[in-house]
Amino acid sequence: MTKKLFAILSVLIVGSMLLGACTTTTPTEPPVASEEPAAKIKVCQITDTGGIDDKSFNATAWKGITDAEDKLGIEGKYLESKEVADYEKNLNAFIEEKCDLIITVGFLIGDATKAAAEANPDIKFSIVDYNYDPAIPNVVGQIFNTDEAAFLAGYLAAGVSKTGVVGTFGGLPIPTVTIFMDGFYKGVAKYNEVKGTEVKVLGWDPATQTGLFSNSFDDQQKGSELAKSLMDEGADIIMPVAGPVGLGAAAAIKERGNAYLIGVDSDWALTSPEYADITLTSVMKLMDATTMQVIQSVVDGTFVGGDVVGTLANNGVALAPFHELESLVPAELAAEIEQLKADIIAGTITLK
Amino acid sequence: MSEQKNDLGQEILKEINQDQTTTEHVRKPFLGKAAIPLLAIVTGLIIGALMIAVTSQSVYAAFGESIGNGFATAFSEIGTAYKALFTGAIGDPIRMINAVKLGDAKEIRQAFNPFLESLVQSTPYIFAGLAVALGFKSGLFNIGVEGQLFIGAACATFVGYSITGLPAWIHMPLAFLAGALGGALWGFVPGFLKAKTGGHEVINTIMMNWIAFRLTEWLLSGPMTRPGSGGMPISPVIQKTAEIPQFFQSPIRFHLGFFIALAVAYLIWWLLFKTTWGLNLRIVGTNPRAARYAGLSTTKSIILAMSLSGALAGMAGAVQVLAVNRSMALGLSSGYGFDSIALALIGNSHPVGVVLASILFGTLRNGATRMMVVSSIPIDIVDVIQAIILMFVAAPAIIRSIYHLRKPKQEEQQIFLSGWGGQS
Repeated sequence: MTKKLFAILSVLIVGSMLLGACTTTTPTEPPVASEEPAAKIKVCQITDTGGIDDKSFNATAWKGITDAEDKLGIEGKYLESKEVADYEKNLNAFIEEKCDLIITVGFLIGDATKAAAEANPDIKFSIVDYNYDPAIPNVVGQIFNTDEAAFLAGYLAAGVSKTGVVGTFGGLPIPTVTIFMDGFYKGVAKYNEVKGTEVKVLGWDPATQTGLFSNSFDDQQKGSELAKSLMDEGADIIMPVAGPVGLGAAAAIKERGNAYLIGVDSDWALTSPEYADITLTSVMKLMDATTMQVIQSVVDGTFVGGDVVGTLANNGVALAPFHELESLVPAELAAEIEQLKADIIAGTITLK
Repeated sequence: MSEQKNDLGQEILKEINQDQTTTEHVRKPFLGKAAIPLLAIVTGLIIGALMIAVTSQSVYAAFGESIGNGFATAFSEIGTAYKALFTGAIGDPIRMINAVKLGDAKEIRQAFNPFLESLVQSTPYIFAGLAVALGFKSGLFNIGVEGQLFIGAACATFVGYSITGLPAWIHMPLAFLAGALGGALWGFVPGFLKAKTGGHEVINTIMMNWIAFRLTEWLLSGPMTRPGSGGMPISPVIQKTAEIPQFFQSPIRFHLGFFIALAVAYLIWWLLFKTTWGLNLRIVGTNPRAARYAGLSTTKSIILAMSLSGALAGMAGAVQVLAVNRSMALGLSSGYGFDSIALALIGNSHPVGVVLASILFGTLRNGATRMMVVSSIPIDIVDVIQAIILMFVAAPAIIRSIYHLRKPKQEEQQIFLSGWGGQS
């Protein structure tokens, strides 16, 4: 038995040597060719545990990098993190790789990014959806004035609602979530002020900063329950600010068939086409735009640490098109929203 | 016999326990014992290579030009990938020598980091793998390691950040033991239910997992949240005194926890094979009816084994927090609790086997990062390799038939002797 085993093992070893020999004798053409026009700027992204195709922050930031590959001729790479301990490991791997700009995603990588940035002052970093106070000289924090787009969504919801009641709920009572709900509430209030109506907002009270929360970002059942209770209270437009939990809400709305949904982060009519027929619009956070902006600054040599703020003005936040539900939105209302957008950009309406 | 046929957990345990008893009394040559796992690893790497070639776009493009080109590209792709896997996991020898010659401290650290980082990655695997192995040895299938790990991490974190003013030589062990205790509690409950009410530990540990996940989520965004984080699911940073020390400066994360893991592995080996208690445990594990007939207390044995298994799992969580992350946040584990089932199987539930299997898994995972950076091969390919290895180890008949190995005679006798609770 052992003889046979050794025979097999030796064949395998010789085989693997041959394999190795092959790789060295045939000089790898494609990689060499691509490395020739050297000094391509390397932009490297580290995802959080959501992964690169999370249809959310990681995916959108990566889109910013691939856009930059096409337009600015940079080279993009990414590493996925499977757990917290991977953040530091992946940062080290990219520092080894001598990346020019390292982009991390999400507040959970905040500590590791800070440590790596302080230990490597000659490497540029950018972190999506997080910023440092005080700022670190070689880190750009990408944050978003989501309330600007949510304001427009609130105004739209108030205008489209037939019951005069709209609703929202969040994942966790954290600033990046409640800013949506604040903006939404203010948008509805603006509509009431202009039109003299009394459209009610359920699920959020900006005065006390309390409201309805799923306390989870992945429990779709909970999303469905919250949406149903909002509909029971008469809400016919609902904005769930809780990531995938919102899909549970979407399912509940579709089941009842007498309400509409406002998506968040990305354009849900595109990312979840099965709910396109109930998705009125989406409040989008476009980290691809802000990521692109940071990469541009590295290419131009104008990179400075601090914050990049995504706004309606620089397209870092936006209201998605109405797609299939365009017929629900009167032309007059659409025009008013365009005007409000212009006013916010111009600074004649402030949300703070 | 017929009713046991339906119980998958028992069937698996039966398989495992047979193998163990064979390996204990007769010392076979090293390769004989390790032949199946080693061949499984080789086979896993070969199939992984095929996957790399098959999933590579440039290989298809090259095959479009000519068959020769296609093979050349396929081989070079595989070569690049595995070279990166190797240098990422072990290090680049030439670079190490150059770094030492150069004498630049940071360069030396970077050159030697891959190998040490592999050990860092292996550490939680060792603890978690031992947890499952101990369960197997005592006839229990602990699927709750992941949950026990989370509770252990939460307890260690809490003790780590909330207590101040202790010297490091008290605080660090205290936090680590708090983790073990938390895990032990989470293992005790299903153990108690199994021993006293007969509630199946597979079901109960799975349920306990979910309780642990939601409980830690709530703790992290509620009572244990970091002040000023606005309720983000992240704990405060632990005190300096609670840290398990790292031996070198950045980027090397190699820490004392690895040696603690080895010491614990030795301790478990000693417990299992050198003490009466361990003997009782193994007898209960192999044949609870005979054990009861011989007057051994299965109740006590089951509860103790589950608690100890939970404690080991808790240590896995504690070591990650205290030595590597220094705080606890959402996404603590990449599934150590579930990978550890594989580790126990590959390691034949023997502490030495578990340690070796853990180092293998840690090394593969560490090398995968470099592989992804260099050749953009998704890290998932390593999961595939690990899964293939596991599959072949769990089903040794496949490996035996591929490599024409004969089935050891003794095993057949053992099937007769060590039916799991069913010899009549």
